[in-house]
Amino acid sequence: MNLHELWSIFVMQGFAGISLFSVLLLMGLGLALIFGQMGVINMAHGEFMALGAYTTYFCSTLVQDHAPRLLPFYFPLAIVLAFVLSAALGAFVEWAMIRHLYKRPLDTLLASWGLSLIMQQTYRSIFGAREVTPTLPEWLMGSFKPTDAIDIPINGVFVLALALAVTGGLVIFMFRTPFGLRLRATVQNRAMSNAVGINTKLVDRLAFSIGCGIAGIAGAAFTTIGSTGPDSGSRYIVDAFLVVVFGGAANLLGSVASAFGIAQAQSILEFFLDGTKGKVATLLFIVVILMFRPQGLFPSKVRSS
Amino acid sequence: MLNVNEIHVGYGQSPVIRGMSFKAGKGEIVGIVGRNGMGKTTLFRSLIGMLPLKGGQITLDGVDISEDESFNRVGKGLAIVPQGRMIFPYLSVYENLISGARTPVSQEEVSEIYSLFPILREMKNRKGGNLSGGQQQQLAIGRALMTRPKVLLLDEPTEGIQPSIIKDIARTLKEIRDMRNLTIVVSEQVLSFMLDVCDRLFVIEKGALVREDLRSAVNAEEIRKMLSV
Repeated sequence: MNLHELWSIFVMQGFAGISLFSVLLLMGLGLALIFGQMGVINMAHGEFMALGAYTTYFCSTLVQDHAPRLLPFYFPLAIVLAFVLSAALGAFVEWAMIRHLYKRPLDTLLASWGLSLIMQQTYRSIFGAREVTPTLPEWLMGSFKPTDAIDIPINGVFVLALALAVTGGLVIFMFRTPFGLRLRATVQNRAMSNAVGINTKLVDRLAFSIGCGIAGIAGAAFTTIGSTGPDSGSRYIVDAFLVVVFGGAANLLGSVASAFGIAQAQSILEFFLDGTKGKVATLLFIVVILMFRPQGLFPSKVRSS
Repeated sequence: MLNVNEIHVGYGQSPVIRGMSFKAGKGEIVGIVGRNGMGKTTLFRSLIGMLPLKGGQITLDGVDISEDESFNRVGKGLAIVPQGRMIFPYLSVYENLISGARTPVSQEEVSEIYSLFPILREMKNRKGGNLSGGQQQQLAIGRALMTRPKVLLLDEPTEGIQPSIIKDIARTLKEIRDMRNLTIVVSEQVLSFMLDVCDRLFVIEKGALVREDLRSAVNAEEIRKMLSV
């Protein structure tokens, strides 16, 4: 193996790690808001991702059947629609179910697990048990070849760009808007937030809704790299929780660092071992770190009172 | 301005406030002094809506706010500086100040708070949880003032604060009252602070107001005896 080939492998493997990072990041971001900030264990989070994926599939089918000329343009609109539908359903779920269960984490866990089963069965009834794949626009297919030996898939670059855009949007939303400030205040002291004039119930609903909306965007993005089935959501949920807990539940930027760390570790280990062993080694590594730092990698610190 | 009429408050089956009534007029500083466990904090928590009433009525400017949630009471002109300050520890000083302010936030009002409490301007980017007790108390008062209240409630504002800061707080409260014609209801165990700031003084015992004095006619010795265990 000469130096040129080694460099190509290094670049491709590095991109594989970054690609996995963007997938994990998209999975974790919505949950970072719902679980990390609000403390709600939403076991149906994966099903909101699946809703985003099915929305994209639905848009693709609709465009293909009725306006094939719009095929190159529908995807960005499908992402917006995935966000809107998932956020709207999220707001409804918060109103109908979650708000009655705040401060009851085990009940929330069970109820949201039940919701995930209902959503899975609904997908099965509407779209069938088989996995589906939307027709992607031409510009999302193929790969980018800076040299003969390096092959970077365009869909991977797209998911990465989307993950970074959503992260940037969420950071601006959390740290530069009045609503983000109210959410951070509510997370720290709900009763006092109410007593300074913040409508905490509205904050809860909007935060849950936006978290679900981000899950919808993630689902739409994942249709570019894999197919969607009724139980696709359950494949995402473990990784999503892993990213948020490992990063430090209440720390948004911790989730970004956590997704990057997990993705790079897994990608490198998979190269030297194999897929399964690499994943096992990564999980073991996380378990050991959480034993010594149960608050995650980046806990927030202030002077103790 | 604030009219508290025969209110009853309790925890579960245990009554704490038993049929309490008092009024606080516009621009008046009313003090409620009493020993630990007499119901001061329970009274203040019920006034701001953190605890529900079991009976009675609270009106602000003639409007019944008894059933309102806390944030609605704040919107109608009530603000609280709670016991223990309860500032948001992970928000910066500036963020704490504007957390309950109406949007768009008026930078003039923020500057007004900074001129009342210059230390907050110096520490505006520091996390609230990293301030000293006295600085946190100033921040809590500033945060409450940013909601443009008609009535400001302060629950034991001198608790755990060094004497020099206590004097500053007393001076600032009178200044704020004069500037904004604000009604202030304050609870305390320390009589000297109350004699300094209050126009009218109530003594609370076992969830009821048992004595009312104007500052001009207050008998400090008698009240001290009532406050001693």
